[in-house]
Amino acid sequence: MSSTHSDTHGPARGKRGAGRSTTARRQLWQLRLGGHQPVGMLFVSPYLLYLAAIFVYPLGFAVWMSFHQYFFTAPGVKVDRPFVGLDNYTAVLTDPDVWRSFLNIAVFLVINVPLTVVASLVLASALNQKLRYRSFFRTAYYIPYVTASVAVVGVWIFLFNSNGLVNQALGPLAPDPSWLVNSHLAMPTVAVFVAWKQLGFFVVLYLSALQNVPQELYESAAIDGAGKFRMFRSITIPAVRPATLLVLILATVTGANLFTEPYLLTSGGGPDGATTSPVLLMYQRGLQQGHPDQAAAIGVILVVLITAVSLVYRRFLERD
Amino acid sequence: MNANVTASSGPKRRRTAHATGPASRSIWSKVALLIGAFAFLFPFYYMIVGSLQKEPDSSPAGAFPDPGNLSLHNYAAINSAISLGRSLINSGIFTGGVIICTTVFGLLAGYALARLQFRGRSSTFALVLLVQVVPFQLLMIPLYVLIVRNYGLADSYLGMILPFAINTSAVFIFRQFFLQLPPAMFEAARMDGASELQILFRIAVPLCRPALVSVVLLSFTGPWNEFLWPFLVTKRQDMQPLAVSLANYISTVSSAAANPFGAILAGACVLAAPAVALYIAFQHRFTSTDIDSATKG
Repeated sequence: MSSTHSDTHGPARGKRGAGRSTTARRQLWQLRLGGHQPVGMLFVSPYLLYLAAIFVYPLGFAVWMSFHQYFFTAPGVKVDRPFVGLDNYTAVLTDPDVWRSFLNIAVFLVINVPLTVVASLVLASALNQKLRYRSFFRTAYYIPYVTASVAVVGVWIFLFNSNGLVNQALGPLAPDPSWLVNSHLAMPTVAVFVAWKQLGFFVVLYLSALQNVPQELYESAAIDGAGKFRMFRSITIPAVRPATLLVLILATVTGANLFTEPYLLTSGGGPDGATTSPVLLMYQRGLQQGHPDQAAAIGVILVVLITAVSLVYRRFLERD
Repeated sequence: MNANVTASSGPKRRRTAHATGPASRSIWSKVALLIGAFAFLFPFYYMIVGSLQKEPDSSPAGAFPDPGNLSLHNYAAINSAISLGRSLINSGIFTGGVIICTTVFGLLAGYALARLQFRGRSSTFALVLLVQVVPFQLLMIPLYVLIVRNYGLADSYLGMILPFAINTSAVFIFRQFFLQLPPAMFEAARMDGASELQILFRIAVPLCRPALVSVVLLSFTGPWNEFLWPFLVTKRQDMQPLAVSLANYISTVSSAAANPFGAILAGACVLAAPAVALYIAFQHRFTSTDIDSATKG
């Protein structure tokens, strides 16, 4: 993308350089060192310094930490941080709680991701037509997305507790124990909550993809006698495949980073650890129990797993 | 943007609909949209109604406001528990700091990446793309160690702001916007001897108001709603943003309070209101183009 753009600049600049031959040599020298506008380096340098300090260095530090024995000390105290090889990884991988948390997040993803993809595509298709109150609907779907999790969590606790509105409405059908304190239903409830909270973003993403689907495809399919469902399956779904890949990856990454919802909705990962997510465990292990090295190892494993899952999606969706 | 899309695709769509059975398509999708809108908005309605109830009523009747049962005392209760004013000021400083940093760094980097030829531009751009795939949670532990432990920035605004001062989406939005402007305009200014900084602030910035609004909105909701990082950084209650102090109230104090839900819902309304109001006021700015440029680059 950037290279196509640099071409548009080329000819204009060349002409100007030729016009001012006195400074040509200096310009050539400058060009070699910094490009046409070396001031650009200055403009991006704060950003790059920040990236180095807040992303690149901590990223390397996380990996380094996961291979060393690291514990908190008073500021300024120098202590040995011996290299321990894979000890942190072994400690983490032999811990049933860690396995449980990865299993929990798998349950979460199996419910949340398909629900997100299907619901956002259906809602976006419904919105992608001439419609009165279109902006009202768009607003309605987007509002949970722009609202703080902490705020909407408050309402969900109120709605889904044992004598909350949902159970009162369900009457005898209400689950016992209630949704968020039921070890079978807690994680599914959290998964539905997160899908609900973020759907608006994915609806907008699908909407922009749907607006690029050529209408002629639908018209010729209609002439061939294709039904609505057939058109949705054979035209819409393949046409928005790149958007689907993006939705899958983004939903998986945000899902794998789950923290606030189990922390608040199910009071810190309960019942019986049924909603403890890897990130919640990282917080508990690293900051509450003072094993940042093990927490870093959990983080590295989590990122490797997310990357693997994303690659699988990619393989799967870009096959043809 | 909305109007454009409707106008350009309207007639074609209608033709399609006629061919496939006009009534069924629109009725079913309208039903889906209405059910969806109800499911999406009801919790917000319930949040407001619940926050105004003197006595909590979780029966279906409680979903309808009863004039005899309405009062503002839940707002007073949450205010006395977590000091709303102080929390709002903290949220405001945190959010404002992030907005300023994001805008300034985003403008500089976005302009340079779109309009300036300099050595290392393409590698910078590659790095920018790479950063987007690093999940914050992997950085949580090392950033905590560095910012809170090593630099001693616990309970400080700087400590809260630092990890959010870069926003790659903002860089993308500015870059995309500057790419759309005609290059001749910048060339002309350069011929007249304007420095790049002058070009940026005299020409580019005034033209990029729409992109500025998008970036400000985008970088408002992030820190305003953020919970995990300020939660890790702040231990002192008088430094906590509202999302953190409300979350602490939900997870600790509420079980002991007489009517915790009323107070929680009142706090939730206060926390939700600014972001929702901003979104509604500027909703035509939250377009899919922004999301596109923010996610695809």
